[in-house]
Amino acid sequence: MSDHGSHGHDDVPAGEGKLFGLLAEYDTPGELVDAARKVRDAGYTDFDCYSPFPVHGIDEAMGIKRTILPLLIFGGGFTGLVGGIALQWYCNAYKWGWNISGKPTWSLPANIPIAFETTILISVLTAFFGMWALNKLPQVWHPFFRSERFGRVTDDAFLIGIESDDKRFDLEGTKQLLIDAGAIAVESCHKDPDLSKAVMPKWLLALIVASTAFALIPLAIAAKARNSKSSEPHYHIFPDMDFQPKFKSDQPNDLFADGRSNRGEIDGTIPRGSLNADDVFYRGLEGGDWTHGFPKTYPDGREFVIDDKLVKRGQNRFNIYCTPCHGYDGNGNGAVPQRVKLNGGAWAARNLVDPKADVIRMPNGQLFNTISNGYNTMMGYGAQIPQSDRWAIVIYVRALERAQNASLDDVPADQRTNMPGGTMGGGK
Amino acid sequence: MSTVDTTSSATAETHHDESGKAREAFRTVTNDVAWIAEAPKPHKAWLAVLGVALVMLGIGVYSIYTVIMTGIGVWGNSNTVCWAWDITNFVWWIGIGHAGTLISAVLYLTRQGWRTSINRAAEAMTIFAVMAAGLFPLLHTGRPWFAWWMLPVPNDMGSLWPQFRSPLMWDVFAVSTYLTTSVLFWFMGLVPDLATFRDRNAAKGNNLKAMIYGLFALGWRGSARQWHRYERAYLILAGLATPLVFSVHSVVSFDFATSQLPGWHTTIFPPYFVAGAIFSGFAMVLTLLIPLRYLFNLQHIIKQEHIHAMCKIILATGMMVGLAYGTEFFMAWYSGNPFEKFAFVSRAFGPFWWAYFAMVSCNVLIPQFFWSKWVRNNNKLIWVLCIFVNIGMWFERFVIIATSLARSFLPSAWSYYTPTRYDVGVFVGTIGLFLTFFMLFFRYLPVVAISEVKGVMPEAHAGKGHH
Repeated sequence: MSDHGSHGHDDVPAGEGKLFGLLAEYDTPGELVDAARKVRDAGYTDFDCYSPFPVHGIDEAMGIKRTILPLLIFGGGFTGLVGGIALQWYCNAYKWGWNISGKPTWSLPANIPIAFETTILISVLTAFFGMWALNKLPQVWHPFFRSERFGRVTDDAFLIGIESDDKRFDLEGTKQLLIDAGAIAVESCHKDPDLSKAVMPKWLLALIVASTAFALIPLAIAAKARNSKSSEPHYHIFPDMDFQPKFKSDQPNDLFADGRSNRGEIDGTIPRGSLNADDVFYRGLEGGDWTHGFPKTYPDGREFVIDDKLVKRGQNRFNIYCTPCHGYDGNGNGAVPQRVKLNGGAWAARNLVDPKADVIRMPNGQLFNTISNGYNTMMGYGAQIPQSDRWAIVIYVRALERAQNASLDDVPADQRTNMPGGTMGGGK
Repeated sequence: MSTVDTTSSATAETHHDESGKAREAFRTVTNDVAWIAEAPKPHKAWLAVLGVALVMLGIGVYSIYTVIMTGIGVWGNSNTVCWAWDITNFVWWIGIGHAGTLISAVLYLTRQGWRTSINRAAEAMTIFAVMAAGLFPLLHTGRPWFAWWMLPVPNDMGSLWPQFRSPLMWDVFAVSTYLTTSVLFWFMGLVPDLATFRDRNAAKGNNLKAMIYGLFALGWRGSARQWHRYERAYLILAGLATPLVFSVHSVVSFDFATSQLPGWHTTIFPPYFVAGAIFSGFAMVLTLLIPLRYLFNLQHIIKQEHIHAMCKIILATGMMVGLAYGTEFFMAWYSGNPFEKFAFVSRAFGPFWWAYFAMVSCNVLIPQFFWSKWVRNNNKLIWVLCIFVNIGMWFERFVIIATSLARSFLPSAWSYYTPTRYDVGVFVGTIGLFLTFFMLFFRYLPVVAISEVKGVMPEAHAGKGHH
């Protein structure tokens, strides 16, 4: 079948389609490169080389321009970066700000990992789809696929294909060029003689139509659900997780006579660690009456020592909890009563140090009880101040009373000269 | 059909003695790889492994069904050890996947020609490992049907959006980007080889197979203009996958490192996790490929020197992991933080001491065998050692997760962890899933990157300047 002379460029003999081009095979990758350079030098443009792997040097030999793909990928990556940051800003800072411990809703460092991933993701998608688009693939059919020789391109064949559309194409001349360039074989390739026969198999078409229709069903159901109203409640896929067989503490409960779900302590029992046996320390009681003294020991067995440290502790606690009403001097002139007075009110806090009032005459135990449980409008501080600190406050209040009603005789002799003016203001 | 010229006289003189030699070498590579998919009957050992894998997969399906229908209470997780086998397995599988990306991307960028023999199988391993990994956080949520809440989708819940500043969200993005990239990278590499399968089946008249392979080959023609863009895209994808693979395991380690828990709260975690990932991944590549290369006669493609190189990487990364173990202990002492000190003493000598010593012996001591050239030539021994490395890396993740949680700040919260059969079942199931996919891949797809192997053969540069 060596005679091609009878059909020229546009001849269509029986059993053959229109001429598409010439395929020439070369023995080695190196020879392919050399031949490609000759074809290019002869001025051909509509030609390509086909090989089982990318042949080194062929781009330069064929004069292939560098692809713009890297630029596209850079654009994709930039879009991914900006889009990733914008997405996080929109979701977490703009549309639905998360207030976590008052921290700012927008802080870039914590958003960088996801911005990095979206940058990579969009770059990768651009690289992948961009490469196929620039290569004009998928293209499942090509006239060269009719050649058995072309089927070996993916195995061991190194081919040059010159298409008949090329301006310089001339069947004999082009063939001679390819042979001169070292071809071991040259063949002509034709388009399909009868394209009308090249239709998709019916079953494949049916499959595609059926699966497309099938894929639309969930979308149709979702669309219907979004555009119609229903009196039925939501469907619970796993109802045992949404409706758990349990009682919450404030729910009624038929199981118990009192009808409560929340169960109190059992009568006659004391929770572990709540015995609080020391009446003096925990309640300020001694023999059923308010104690005038102080506890002998702490619950852990340490001796209860009244020293400078304990008084300082009492002062510290007093200044935190008591001064807003009772004032730093204990005379009942704290910030709250002052404000009441400013607003025209008449209420005043109790004066703790007035020698004529009753606080100064209260037993220590009663003072302790007042701090623990409150008195008149004063609320109890038992929940906030531990017993040992309450006792420290009692001691400090006793010290305040003494100090506010002191005379010069109370000052040690060697300290009297340090007094401003040599006298004490409080000693009336 | 086309007409053929025998270009007798014109080309005879330009021919040299070497005529056809290069083509024969390329043809041999094609045949050596393609016969696996073309053999009329599968190998008996392949069938046996697939059978075992399917049984394991069945156990996994049953366990996952129970976990979803009953809730994750069927696992051994408790209030104290709230992350256990599930997250251990997640980190372990993700780590295994990383070797595939390292081989396909990092070794490509560093021009390691030997990677071409193993990169296809390693990338397949990556994809299947990431699929197995992804199951665990999904199941761990307890209600996987709400998993879409992690995606930033406009919704009916007051337009509630995910918390992007949570490392767990970073995980979602990192792992899904990683899976997408791995699949696309793998598929792109497959296309020229699928075209090979298409053309071979077409030549033999297997039209249905030719059509299926041809559909996925996208009409690849191997043209120089296509190869040009293909190679650019491949290089850039490799360049993108490299920082990605490091970011993925760093992000996975952030799940732990950004918490306050002693034993987790350390800055060493990202590099330590990445080294461990590469370590375990290479061990898994060898575990899979050593038997398969015997079964399918791939010894002259996956050569002994390639196994040597992988053993050396395992040795190097194993010692990095060992260095990390030592550094953790040093920092626990050097920081002067009593909680940190306690966490590490308890890790080595506490209730999970056996796991800690399994980890150290498998990950630090076992790889030392690879110093010996005799060991690196003894494939059966390498296979056994690699199994130990896989076990050791599993224990590393378990030790980090379980020992830290079981002994946290509050002694009243201390606890022990025992897996239930559903913990074991799901893990076995993911191994079954992985093996099933890998076996199917090995039977039906080109298991070696045929075109890439041809590109690095000496014959690829033959015939230059003969005219």
